[in-house]
Amino acid sequence: MKIRQLTKQYGSKTVVDAVSFEIPKGAVISMIGPNGAGKSTVMGMLSRLIARDGGHVDFDGTDIAHWKSKELSKRLAILTQHNNIQMKLTVRELVTFGRFPYSGSHVTAEDWEIIDRAIAYMELESFEDRFIDELSGGQRQRAYIAMVIAQDTDYILLDEPTNNLDIYHATNMMKIVRRLCDELGKTIILVLHEINYAAFYSDYICAFKDGQVAKFGTVKEVMTKETLSRIYNVDFEIMEIEGRPLSIYY
Amino acid sequence: MKQRTLTAVLACSLVILSIVSLFVGVIDLNLSTLLSGDLEQLEILLISRLPRLLAILCTGVGMSVAGLIMQQLCMNKFVSPTTGATISSAQFGILLALLFLPGSTLWGRALFAFVAAVLGTWLFVWFIQRIQFKDMIMVPLVGIMFGNVIGGITNFLAFKYEMTQALSSWLVGHFSLVLRGRYELVYLVLPLVILAFLFANHFNIVGMGKDFSKNLGVPYNLVLFLGLTIAALITASIVVVVGSISYIGLIVPNVVAMFKGDKIRGTLADTALFGALFVLVCDMIGRAVIAPYELPIELIVGILGSILFVGLLFYRLRNGRKAIRLKAHGCGCSPVPEINGGDAL
Repeated sequence: MKIRQLTKQYGSKTVVDAVSFEIPKGAVISMIGPNGAGKSTVMGMLSRLIARDGGHVDFDGTDIAHWKSKELSKRLAILTQHNNIQMKLTVRELVTFGRFPYSGSHVTAEDWEIIDRAIAYMELESFEDRFIDELSGGQRQRAYIAMVIAQDTDYILLDEPTNNLDIYHATNMMKIVRRLCDELGKTIILVLHEINYAAFYSDYICAFKDGQVAKFGTVKEVMTKETLSRIYNVDFEIMEIEGRPLSIYY
Repeated sequence: MKQRTLTAVLACSLVILSIVSLFVGVIDLNLSTLLSGDLEQLEILLISRLPRLLAILCTGVGMSVAGLIMQQLCMNKFVSPTTGATISSAQFGILLALLFLPGSTLWGRALFAFVAAVLGTWLFVWFIQRIQFKDMIMVPLVGIMFGNVIGGITNFLAFKYEMTQALSSWLVGHFSLVLRGRYELVYLVLPLVILAFLFANHFNIVGMGKDFSKNLGVPYNLVLFLGLTIAALITASIVVVVGSISYIGLIVPNVVAMFKGDKIRGTLADTALFGALFVLVCDMIGRAVIAPYELPIELIVGILGSILFVGLLFYRLRNGRKAIRLKAHGCGCSPVPEINGGDAL
């Protein structure tokens, strides 16, 4: 996936300004940055949820705008933070929707197998007949991930997946992200607020500031005192735990 | 399997009550004379009783399915043909037909009602999508206001052109004018309901929101307007034949969803059956209370409907959004974590 000169304006304000970078396959890439830096907007444009004002998003040799919506939904999945949870669907019904791009309303035996595996992978068997609006935040988030697994895409985009989760569930969520990449070979792009989650669980970090890419690189390259201080305008110290850089800010 | 029992119970009660209703009326019908080939009795059955029953069933099925679709698509449990301005738009269409084509047939009026209902519903939904109300109760309130504005225009024009008398028949729903030859339009409900069933999963996905639909490759706007059009056409074909019937589209889908959830494929049959049953029972009450005269169905539905609705609200206040489970293992033994408190409906 190659992003070239991506631009978005709201009125006269440019929120994403000629952003270019390349997303390596089979890795976890975290997008970080202060509020309003444009990371969620970039995510939206990568996933065709937000219309762009300029630039290209090249996906497997074809611009994302030229992909058929249905074909694209077999290759790329997005989970936003505004998931509607007023609907009384059971976990299994929700996960079944993940097969919709493939089979529409006619769920095949093969689909059921994939659905069963997705539910088992997320350890949701005991909840599968519960309504999603009756689950806790962490369980509900897992149900959505199970749906994305059933959708069987190479790329998964997650917009602030740890939002509204406590430390236990947020950490679990990040471990799941890591497993999806390591065990299932997915390419995962996340928008994260917690820098240390990004540092500990991702392979690459794309740091945004003022609608531009301030730094893109491996975790070690981005997680430096100078870079982080420059992006967030806060003092940082970098420590190392389990061979990975973690930041302390104050 | 337990889930199926509800459907079976509803279907059986509907069949039994349908047969009973055939024999309720001013002129006594009884099975033995009917079977012995009494022509007069047979005629009453075929010209009046059977059409009435079929119209009732179509009305019940249609209004509740239309309500179900609208609630799902608008992501709001309070939206229905009544609170979404669909009924009043259809009435406005009928008035236009009466004004401009005084000699119009049922089908001519239907055409006007279809166009008006579809446009009115689209306009309403376009409006609530533009505004994006934070509070979900605002949506039906805006719908009711919008409906009243259209109703006001209708009434004004009706007064001005002395059409009030002619129009009154469509303002209050009743089945007393349903006779062979002047109700068949209501059958349009059936293909439309089947169409709704075919697109049920699309409607569900659109009901989960724009981002969710796009992720699954479902064209949001197309499905939204297709669904609204189906709901509006169903409503309009009922309004043209029997007049306005409120509440059903609001209450029936909500009651069924409490037991069965929101997956349309799973609830559509029960919603349709329960809707038909509800209207049938209301009609029988209306015919029995002041026999040999009858009360308009709209009145009975209004009374029973509002009682049910208040009950529904109280249930929600007490139990939040928790569903009523018919399954054995779901009862009592499932402590539900984090129920979103008194979130009504």
